[in-house]
Amino acid sequence: MITLQNVRKTYGGEVRIGPLNIEIPKAGITSLIGPNGAGKSTMLLMIGRLLKMDEGRIRVANMDIARSKSNDIAKILTILRQENHFITRLTVRQLVGFGRFPYSKGRLTKEDEAIISKYIDFFGLTDLEHRFLDELSGGQRQRAYVAMVLCQETEYVLLDEPLNNLDIARAVQMMEHLRRAADELGRTIVVVLHDINFAARYSDRICAMKNGQIAAFGTVDEIMRPDLLTDIFETRIEIIDGPYGKLAVY
Amino acid sequence: MSALDVGYAAGCGAETGMRVRRTGAFRTRRDARRYWLLLCLFLGAGVAAVLGLILYNQPVPVDSPSFIPVVKRRLTSVTAMFIAALCHSFATVAFQSVTGNRIITPSLLGYESLYSFIQTSVLFFFGATTLVRFTGTGAFFLQVALMIGLSLILFGWLLSGRYGNLHLMLLVGIIIGAGLNSVSGFMRRVLSPSEFDLLQARLIGSVNNADAAYFPIVIPLVLATALAMFLLSRRLNVLSLGRDAATAFGVHYQAHVILFLVLIAVLMATTTALIGPMTFFGFLVAMLSYQAAPTHDHRYVLPMAFAIGFGVLTSAYFLLYHVFHAQTVVSVLIELFGGIAFLTVLLRKRSL
Repeated sequence: MITLQNVRKTYGGEVRIGPLNIEIPKAGITSLIGPNGAGKSTMLLMIGRLLKMDEGRIRVANMDIARSKSNDIAKILTILRQENHFITRLTVRQLVGFGRFPYSKGRLTKEDEAIISKYIDFFGLTDLEHRFLDELSGGQRQRAYVAMVLCQETEYVLLDEPLNNLDIARAVQMMEHLRRAADELGRTIVVVLHDINFAARYSDRICAMKNGQIAAFGTVDEIMRPDLLTDIFETRIEIIDGPYGKLAVY
Repeated sequence: MSALDVGYAAGCGAETGMRVRRTGAFRTRRDARRYWLLLCLFLGAGVAAVLGLILYNQPVPVDSPSFIPVVKRRLTSVTAMFIAALCHSFATVAFQSVTGNRIITPSLLGYESLYSFIQTSVLFFFGATTLVRFTGTGAFFLQVALMIGLSLILFGWLLSGRYGNLHLMLLVGIIIGAGLNSVSGFMRRVLSPSEFDLLQARLIGSVNNADAAYFPIVIPLVLATALAMFLLSRRLNVLSLGRDAATAFGVHYQAHVILFLVLIAVLMATTTALIGPMTFFGFLVAMLSYQAAPTHDHRYVLPMAFAIGFGVLTSAYFLLYHVFHAQTVVSVLIELFGGIAFLTVLLRKRSL
């Protein structure tokens, strides 16, 4: 369980995020949605300890994020941001292998190698594992980065806009992979998404944010309501029943 | 396991029949073989040039009583080359990885400007006699301490606490360097030509500046620092992924960046005080070593950088001493080629 208690963050005196109070349960996919500047990424980064909060307390699996050792946190929680340092001459397999760093500190054991292979196969990168990252397409590279953080085998996985710059096919493929990671591997995935319909189709819970506050948090059916979404996005949004569940039309 | 297999990635599962999947530092066996071959080649060139520098064109026969003193004298400059190559190669590669930028050198932190500022102000304020005498162990370690001190202040101030920004630190380093340069430039203008000549000899890096009296302290210091860097190179690999990824893997990014910058500061300050500034040497060596070592893994890039640095430096000195009989221009030439390489990379790559 991820618990936020009175978490606040202030940017330059004017933009205020919080107080955030939320309990994200274990297992499944939780999507964070909301307009630009609502504080979705800020909340995700604070949970992932990439951004310091000004006030409040965040606990992940009963571990205080601000007080625990970074390496201990790295065994229960991982986070991936959208933009990553680009390294030349790094193969997919070497990149995914970095996910084992919290355990083996760069000295990969046989068990590590088996785990690395498992995630490379899981993300369909088997034939590409010895390609350099700069020889991959954007979608393949994104999959390799997600494989890297899953290879860390943490209970909680935080992803900041993993569908950015992906076309529809790649985005669907990525969400299918994440769905399988949640169902088959039992991971708890928290993901920032821009597309409401992707969130509705693939997540178990949706957390909607607006103006630095949590506006609503619940199951997909509880959040996919025209009045609620219209209010959050300040745009008229209708909900219709599609073949895969509820669909937002705007 | 043969030496060639070390660090080799199983890229050829089909050839061996059974698919063994391993994560090595190199993509294919060919890449690994090429790496070790080039490493041996550069080290071999270095050793050959060292032997040449020591033994070739000896003014006295082997059985003469002055043979040993001559060798000893020559050994001093070879040791200085070793130190310069080790310091510049390790410091530059580590610096480029920590900052995530392959067109900058640790000189940006202002060591060389501070060095030339110290030399110039000693001459300016105390005169030529003091500058000539400003060479003892005390003066040497004073300069090293000042240079390390400057960088510690810079790191402490800008990397921890409120700022916590690597690029801001670099910018301030550049500005401090530019400021020191213009102050020393101003002082140099009012020097007499003979004083200026004396100073100029100090301001261009040359292994002949090195004094063997410092070696007992400098060599262990440099070796220990370089060894520490090499042993920490797995962490350097993670740091080069950037702040967010390193933190996600449980590496305390800030602490590690400062640790590496301190190691870099020790190497750069020592070599600058011992030999003098060589702005583009480290850049040249790092650039060549990325080409010669087709891996991201610093456990392989660092030794290659050292081998290239040592090979280039010793061969250049050998050729210029004994083939072209031009003793003083080695650093000038290295700076020239380094500068051209720098511009080429800058213009060709476009993006950083």
